[in-house]
Amino acid sequence: MKVIGLVCAVLLAGAAAAQPAPEAVTSYGPDDAARRLLVRGTTDIARFENVLRLFTSRPDSPRIDYEQWGSNDLFDVTLAECRSGDRAADMVVSSAVDLQIKLANDGCARAHRSTATAGLPQVANWRDEVFGITRELAVIVYNRRLIAAAEVPRSRFDLIDLLRPEDSRFRGRIATYDIEASGLGYLFAFADAQQATTFGSLIEAFGRSGVVATCCSAEIIDGVADGTYLIAYNVLASYALARAEENPDIVAVAPDDYTLVLSRAALIPRHAAEPNLAGAFLDYMLSQAGRAALRSAHLIVTTEDAAMDSLSLPETPETSFRPIALTPSLLVGLDQHKRREFIALWRSTFPRQGDGEAPPE
Amino acid sequence: MRLTGSLSFRLGVALALVLAIGGVAVSLAAYAYGRSAAQQSYDRLLVGAASQIAGSLRLRDGEVIVDIPISAFELLSLAPRDRVVYAVFDNQGRRVTGYDTVALPEGDGGFFTDSFAGEPARYVHVRRQIAERSFLGAVDVVVGQTTEARQELAQQITRNALLALALVGLVISGLAVLAVRSALRPLRRLERDFAARSVRDLTPVDVEVPQEIASLVAALNRFIGRIDRQVRVMRTLIADASHQLRTPIAALRAQAELAREATDAEEQLRLVTKIHDRSRNLSRLTDQLLNHAMIIHRADSVELAPVDLRAVASDAVSQFDQTLSGAEQVVRIDLPEAPMRCDGDALSLVEACKNLITNAVSYGKPPITVFVRDDGPALGLGVRDRGDGMAEEMWADAGSRFAKRSGVSSTSAGLGLSIVSAVAQAHGGRLTLRRPDSGGFEVFVALPKLREAEA
Repeated sequence: MKVIGLVCAVLLAGAAAAQPAPEAVTSYGPDDAARRLLVRGTTDIARFENVLRLFTSRPDSPRIDYEQWGSNDLFDVTLAECRSGDRAADMVVSSAVDLQIKLANDGCARAHRSTATAGLPQVANWRDEVFGITRELAVIVYNRRLIAAAEVPRSRFDLIDLLRPEDSRFRGRIATYDIEASGLGYLFAFADAQQATTFGSLIEAFGRSGVVATCCSAEIIDGVADGTYLIAYNVLASYALARAEENPDIVAVAPDDYTLVLSRAALIPRHAAEPNLAGAFLDYMLSQAGRAALRSAHLIVTTEDAAMDSLSLPETPETSFRPIALTPSLLVGLDQHKRREFIALWRSTFPRQGDGEAPPE
Repeated sequence: MRLTGSLSFRLGVALALVLAIGGVAVSLAAYAYGRSAAQQSYDRLLVGAASQIAGSLRLRDGEVIVDIPISAFELLSLAPRDRVVYAVFDNQGRRVTGYDTVALPEGDGGFFTDSFAGEPARYVHVRRQIAERSFLGAVDVVVGQTTEARQELAQQITRNALLALALVGLVISGLAVLAVRSALRPLRRLERDFAARSVRDLTPVDVEVPQEIASLVAALNRFIGRIDRQVRVMRTLIADASHQLRTPIAALRAQAELAREATDAEEQLRLVTKIHDRSRNLSRLTDQLLNHAMIIHRADSVELAPVDLRAVASDAVSQFDQTLSGAEQVVRIDLPEAPMRCDGDALSLVEACKNLITNAVSYGKPPITVFVRDDGPALGLGVRDRGDGMAEEMWADAGSRFAKRSGVSSTSAGLGLSIVSAVAQAHGGRLTLRRPDSGGFEVFVALPKLREAEA
């Protein structure tokens, strides 16, 4: 995990300069398998390993090479392969669902139809080309050693209230994704902007109280664990819950007002060498066994998880949950002008975000 | 019987043809309609989205800023499986934002069809004029979408239309089957009626039938009537023959036996003379019987044609057998100047006239006159004599067979007037007996005149 964090930092430093390359590579299944499947994803190997191992432990299994990529690089490499017609990955799984939709919209995905995909809800299946395979919440994460139960923000309004006093101890100690550096952060922020008018007062409060915008889930959760940050906003619950297994101080709160639900999107590239095998893997992930494996890695959260100590769900989760639907509407966020304007708006509220790294203390 | 195929089959083929042609026409129409309906409705979405984008344009420092509203794309997402492509161009024709696969189209706006990433796509081009101090000119917005939803809607409309058509076809076929069955039911009734008849039953068919079949039944009934009459003529002939001929033949045989056994030559000669007389009468009788049968047969089977009754009368007189007893009496003939035409069968009429002459010669008093005259509404063809004629109480059934007297005379079967009466009936006229004021006795046939138009 630390290695990955490091790679992430390195990539950030020389973002544009480096040739796109995977952050990590692992292989599963028998060495002498007749067929090989190349899966590329943004998911941490540690999170995704479970389902890969299960799939490849079955008889006559192919060998799966899993490459972990940053979401923008993954998009770039997939688009390049699509345009050139070179041999591509057999499956691409990304949390940057807007980029996945763009790939499919640009004709870079191949359709796959099966009983498993037919069972998906409409928001999790676009054109039988982009499939939502996970169910992850965007949560508020805090450290229970440092925040009393009464102070815990249950909603965005609570969070705004916490930041309001001039002498609030939360000033400068709240972290969220840097939307320029993190595709996922941008996606969540953009979704927030559409969900509620709260967004305006929220970023205004963020700007006034010196909220730290930074990269990567891992880094943010590290900060919460070691007390650098008291609260982290819009973090993927899957990462927080995984960390909570080692560190029981970490707690994830799904906000009461609304909780964004992300379905990591899988697609089979147009030039995949093994599209049928990729389809079989997709069907496996959508099967009961596959879903159980994803659940154990916290990639699928259900209301039954409310029993967990480390997760606090809204009282009426099903009405608070706002799935990010896999539709072309996601393309709007990717529009050059829209993105430029949105980032400009964001930037104007984070005046001191020039260096973008260390918290101000 | 010649079969020309089943009615149901022919009807089925005709129906299938109509339905097939109708089906093709309706499917083409439905497909065309479906396509245009789908095109129109999705074009509206496209224009709506493009207009929203055009409406979101802002200017900042003379630069166009596009702030695409999410709702524009949500509108496009109403075609749930279709891919979206768009671009915005400034007054210089430079792409401001959007896909670089879209080229700025010519013209002021409108729809066009092109492709996007290998799929056919429908585009709309919307132009917005901006007149500001910092920016003067048109901004072009192009939005395109693939056509899956349109095609699906068009197909759905077509499918529904065809489904409706199939249902209608089924209903029509069902109704047609019922209609054919009910139309053929009277024929079945006829069939049952004929099947149930006894061999001797020649009465007219009495079955409820619709108008369309009534003429067929009428024709059948006429046909049956003709057969019935002919059968009756045959029966009558046989009955008459057996009744009339048996006695004279028996008498003839008895006299012939006497003649064979006579030893005296003079006696034998007397008997042979008697046999000769009798056989001559027998021959007349046979003629009459056969004539009667022939006349009645002709009445049914011969087409009537315009006939001049004067010719009939003179033919009858000339053919009258002068050798018959009483031939010494002169038969006069009284004809008008003008032709006396009526519809008739010359042969039957001549025969009837001969019978009247024979009767007058046999029973009346000379002089005997054959006449033809115009009685106003009808024409009369008959014979007049100076005698007292028949007793008036017998006039009523003068025309029936053997009415004149019971039994048979040696010279006549009493069939003469019945033949005349039958001929009169066959011509739509009747046998008339009269005592004219000038005295004597008249027997004639009153016949309808030939209508002027046909004359």
